[in-house]
Amino acid sequence: MTKVFGGGTDVVRALDGVSLGIQENEFFTLLGPSGCGKTTLLRLIAGFEQPSGGEILLDGASLTHLPPFRRPVNTVFQSYALFPHMTVIDNIAFGLEMRGLSKTETADHVAEMLDLVKLSDLGKRKPGQLSGGQQQRVALARALANHPRVLLLDEPLSALDLKLRKEMQIELKRIHRDTGITFIFVTHDQGEALTMSDRIAVMNAGHVLQVGSPTEIYEHPTSHFVADFIGETNFLEGEVVARDGASAKVRLSSGVERQASAPKDAAAAGRVSLAIRPERVTLSQSRQTGALNGRVETMVYFGTDTNYHLRLEDGRAFMVRLQNHEGAQAPFATGDEVAVEIADHALQVLRD
Amino acid sequence: MTAEAIKTPEGPPSSITERTVAGRQARTRGLLLAPAMLVIGVFGILPLFIALTYSFLEGGTYGGVEWVFSTEAYVQLLFERDIFEETLTFNTAYLEIFWRSFLLAAFSTLACLLIGFPAAYFMATRPAKSRDFWVFLITIPFWTNLLIRTFSIQLILRDEGVINIVLTELGLLAQPLQLIYTDFAVGLGLIYSFLPFMVLPIYAALERLDFRLVEAGFDLYATRAQVLRRIVVPLAKPGIVAGSILVFIPGLGAWITPELLGGGKELMIGNMIALQFGSSRNWPFGSAAALVLMAMVLVALVIYVRNVGKSGADHG
Repeated sequence: MTKVFGGGTDVVRALDGVSLGIQENEFFTLLGPSGCGKTTLLRLIAGFEQPSGGEILLDGASLTHLPPFRRPVNTVFQSYALFPHMTVIDNIAFGLEMRGLSKTETADHVAEMLDLVKLSDLGKRKPGQLSGGQQQRVALARALANHPRVLLLDEPLSALDLKLRKEMQIELKRIHRDTGITFIFVTHDQGEALTMSDRIAVMNAGHVLQVGSPTEIYEHPTSHFVADFIGETNFLEGEVVARDGASAKVRLSSGVERQASAPKDAAAAGRVSLAIRPERVTLSQSRQTGALNGRVETMVYFGTDTNYHLRLEDGRAFMVRLQNHEGAQAPFATGDEVAVEIADHALQVLRD
Repeated sequence: MTAEAIKTPEGPPSSITERTVAGRQARTRGLLLAPAMLVIGVFGILPLFIALTYSFLEGGTYGGVEWVFSTEAYVQLLFERDIFEETLTFNTAYLEIFWRSFLLAAFSTLACLLIGFPAAYFMATRPAKSRDFWVFLITIPFWTNLLIRTFSIQLILRDEGVINIVLTELGLLAQPLQLIYTDFAVGLGLIYSFLPFMVLPIYAALERLDFRLVEAGFDLYATRAQVLRRIVVPLAKPGIVAGSILVFIPGLGAWITPELLGGGKELMIGNMIALQFGSSRNWPFGSAAALVLMAMVLVALVIYVRNVGKSGADHG
């Protein structure tokens, strides 16, 4: 299945030349800050908005000009949008009735869906009598009952508290596996995106910046925005001295040379921005010539890890995360002079 | 000081203050309600009792009542008493007036709903900023007295009125159409007078409607008509019920509109009652007719609200 959407623009150019291909059965996530255009893209796929340009294809056939009720696509809305005047059963049966299924078929499907989302004993209740998590499940069942080719989920977990959200993440993954339906999931929560997705498209300001698996996105961000938006990152300056396919030899300002990963379209020579994750480096006591030297300014204890906020010699802030192998015995203290050790391939060259 | 010391063992002082606070709240509530209760009592319940009393008395020759118990007024609604033979014959004249009033009020309620619902939907789907403007437009007719507005309809509908002059001048009519002094004219007048009372409650209900539910309906394969019938109308039902009541009840008892546009030929209950207290000088009969009208409204309301409530429950 391919979905090509090119040059869709809203009045404010909510989407600017976005093009994505999504595979069948994939759990595909659109990740970005609010206002990045991810919800607009979802609404275009659902058919609530018309693109100002471009096409939406499903199995090679265009959906672009079909009204929402002619698309084999269903949506789980952010606020669930359950019909308050209908029972859970009537909510789930709504789409089936509208498509003209017989009473017995509808009842069978509804029972199956209630079973899938584990709400079989609450079918006669109205949405107002359900908790947030239960409403979420009803919304999911209502959309899935129609066996859509694609299920669109618009920040479905954002209204739930943390514990429930974690449960629903696992639940969603199970349902995705059980049904084999293609999920397009919209979220601004990077943790949610990393744990659930097969692939992620990171969006900002109407553009798709990077598409890839969670590990690709996390370990090899290609742009400053992606590196910064997902997880925690340190940025450094460097110079490319040699380039070989997906890797490059870079020289840091301190003079150290290291192998780094580099996106294909990054600069082949000259000054570049580099990103490095705080857990990919180690610290050693006392300064060393030619290393990244700094001083520990603050320590933040997280139980499993401790974050060391350093001030480097050139004035930059730098963060290092170390696991607390020794328990409460911290190897460094505030005010210590330390050297940051960077291994080959821990650095990532950025495009911008 | 000593008094407090004595009281303390009997009950904690906090409960005493709580009780006085509760008492003060009850008194405040009573005072807040007093003006309204006074108005309802003096201008609502008291006249009702006067009417009820009068309806069971004999009428005076020149109006007023004779203090003699009689059910004659109620008998008169259904039967005609022969002056010479004292026999009763069934008479449908007044029933017809009741029936016509009911039909006219029901018809204008339905027409107001058909006109008012799309208007209210239009208003509710405007951007939030411009909605107040539309509500303001709806209220403009209230700036002019109902009597004057009804007169202006008369000017439009009468034989030498705008419609007839235009159609005659265009050569479409040889002689003027009889528009005024018909049930049509009365119905038109009722619709015109009461349309805002239908639009505003429906608008209030639709404005609260979460339009994502409409999107959800489309997403679940419902066509526009199905979304309207299955989602929008059920959720706008409180507004539809309120609007229908606000149009039907004043419509049933309307007086100015049938007086001016029905020309006294097409009587409605309101005119008939007014007539009894005026030129007919039959106060007991007027009172009885007014009470029967009220009873009819009550019964109709109970049936309506109960049925609408039930069909709402059927929906889920």
